[in-house]
Amino acid sequence: MRFILNRLGFFVLSLWAAITINFILPRLMPGNPADIIFAKFQGQLDPASIAAMKKAFGLTDKPMIIQYFEYLRGLLTGNWGLSFGYYPTPVIDIIKHSLPWTIGLVGLATVLAVFIGTSAGIYISWKRQGFLDNTLPLLTMGIQALPYFWVALLFLFVFGFKLNWFPMNHGYDNGLTPEFSWTFFSSVLYHGFLPGITILLGSLSGWLVGMRNNMINTLGEDYVVFAEAKGVSPSRLMFTYAARNAILPQLTSFAIAIGNVVSGSILTEQVFSYPGIGGQLTNAVLLEDFPLIQSSFLLIAVAVLVANLIVDLLYSRLDPRVRTGGITNGS
Amino acid sequence: MGHNPETVQQMNETPPIYTNAKKRWVDRMVFLTPFLKNRKALTGLILFFVFIFVAIFAHWIAPYSPANTNFMMSLGPTSKHLFGTTNTGQDIFSEFIFGARTTIVVGFGAGLIATFLGLLIGITAGYRGGWIDSILTFLMNLFLVLPGLALLIVIESYVKNSSPYTNGIIIGLTGWAWGARVFRAQTMSLVNRDFVVAAKMSGKSDLNIMFTEISPNMMSIIAANVIYATLGAVLAESGLAFLGIEDINSISWGTMLYWASQSGAMLTGAWWWIIPPGLGIGLVGLSLVLMNFAIDSITNPRLSSQKRRRHRVKQQSTTTSTSA
Repeated sequence: MRFILNRLGFFVLSLWAAITINFILPRLMPGNPADIIFAKFQGQLDPASIAAMKKAFGLTDKPMIIQYFEYLRGLLTGNWGLSFGYYPTPVIDIIKHSLPWTIGLVGLATVLAVFIGTSAGIYISWKRQGFLDNTLPLLTMGIQALPYFWVALLFLFVFGFKLNWFPMNHGYDNGLTPEFSWTFFSSVLYHGFLPGITILLGSLSGWLVGMRNNMINTLGEDYVVFAEAKGVSPSRLMFTYAARNAILPQLTSFAIAIGNVVSGSILTEQVFSYPGIGGQLTNAVLLEDFPLIQSSFLLIAVAVLVANLIVDLLYSRLDPRVRTGGITNGS
Repeated sequence: MGHNPETVQQMNETPPIYTNAKKRWVDRMVFLTPFLKNRKALTGLILFFVFIFVAIFAHWIAPYSPANTNFMMSLGPTSKHLFGTTNTGQDIFSEFIFGARTTIVVGFGAGLIATFLGLLIGITAGYRGGWIDSILTFLMNLFLVLPGLALLIVIESYVKNSSPYTNGIIIGLTGWAWGARVFRAQTMSLVNRDFVVAAKMSGKSDLNIMFTEISPNMMSIIAANVIYATLGAVLAESGLAFLGIEDINSISWGTMLYWASQSGAMLTGAWWWIIPPGLGIGLVGLSLVLMNFAIDSITNPRLSSQKRRRHRVKQQSTTTSTSA
């Protein structure tokens, strides 16, 4: 219980910190933030509508602390301001459309990467010094040293352009409208394949090598040797004796991994013109669409924090030592 | 790491300070030997020095100026233009050579900044403990969890058209968390050792103890951290440049890829424009990963003791225990 409260506390605190970073950053920049942000609108909009936008954005001449509370209230009530780039669409509408794409893409790719990486790690540690054991870790680590977006570019070039196996951009066929149908769904899968594979390959290595090393340590433990000696069947030994314990440390590395994967996905989405929130963030920066930048960042941060919280709570279910306070620094 | 007999010995003998420094200097040279013994690490080291060499002597190696746009446009690789030319008639090989300079300087610089900050924060947290530690640990966890690239993009959006070097500084300033966490843990394990306690009793100031007693005892994890931070910085910088958030007129591998994808190198089949910059980034990354194998065998002396006890584990644990 204490552990769960601890993690919830961290979640709330970091959520608050992310929101505050978002609030403070534009105000840290030299000069009057409102002027910088609205400089590009000078001459395009009349002063009255600029004043209205400033008000909507919370950039008024009021004291900082009042601005801060107005900003917090705006966030809570869903009043996130209007997009500059797609004026006058409310930011929250744009976000609503792009967030599911990223969560779907990153979520699915991560789950697959964890699954494939972990099971491959179990397998190669079992068949130590086999062909796969000598090649796979090095190969995946080599891929990880390559920049995500470059791998994405190569895939796009080879499979999209040269071989024409996969579409080169967008989340689904232009002719379709989003709906619950098999045609739409299959189109989404078809378009998501290359971006998904890129993210999968980029994050596979950590899971694979991590699991392999954990397994090797666990397989050396006395209780495994004893189980082997008393004649436990190999598959039982592999999964219920060794893997079950080796898998726990994998979960703790999830916190850092998920942040990296999301970062990578921002680049991947840009390469594939994927309609997710990472691509939205990049476009917002290029359009200097500050309300959209702030909200996209906030949502990406929140998504990562929530994923972390879920894993932390899961971890405390799986490893009772954490709950009872045997290990203090959980994450 | 762990137990360090030298330090204890030095303390007992109480040698004058200069010999002390000399001994440490020799220690650091000894620390290079694993690089030479391990084949992978040696490959990494050589590869890395090749890029350093290229970065330093870019002016002599590059056949043309990277800004020169007087060549035939969109040429494939020829003997005059090893990597071909861009669609505005720039020599890609020259761009590549100068891009190496940017990448190495920015990556290494950011890696050093991040490590230094991490060292400062991590040691302070571990040494002071109490509420300072709680706050700093929270900050570390926060920066670890937040997606780094998204944060960088947001910061960059307010610093318009930053040069690669400003970018490097920003990357360094945001990328300290992982190191800080490792340094904090190490400091906590050192802080109650006899030599630290003795230094405290002899009246050394806290700052002095942190920098002359504690940090020299984590030289190898500091080195490992510089490598990881550099790798992260290289990838982050090229990513930002690729997104077009960095000054698009600068010359770096990321910017090359930005222009390649903006001008449809993919659709015209100009593979010679896409391959070199990415491969460059990948090779620098690979050299760093390989060097880390050597560092790992120093950081983790347990790996070698395990070798003797458990024959089965022998080779794997030395080959792939990195990237944790």
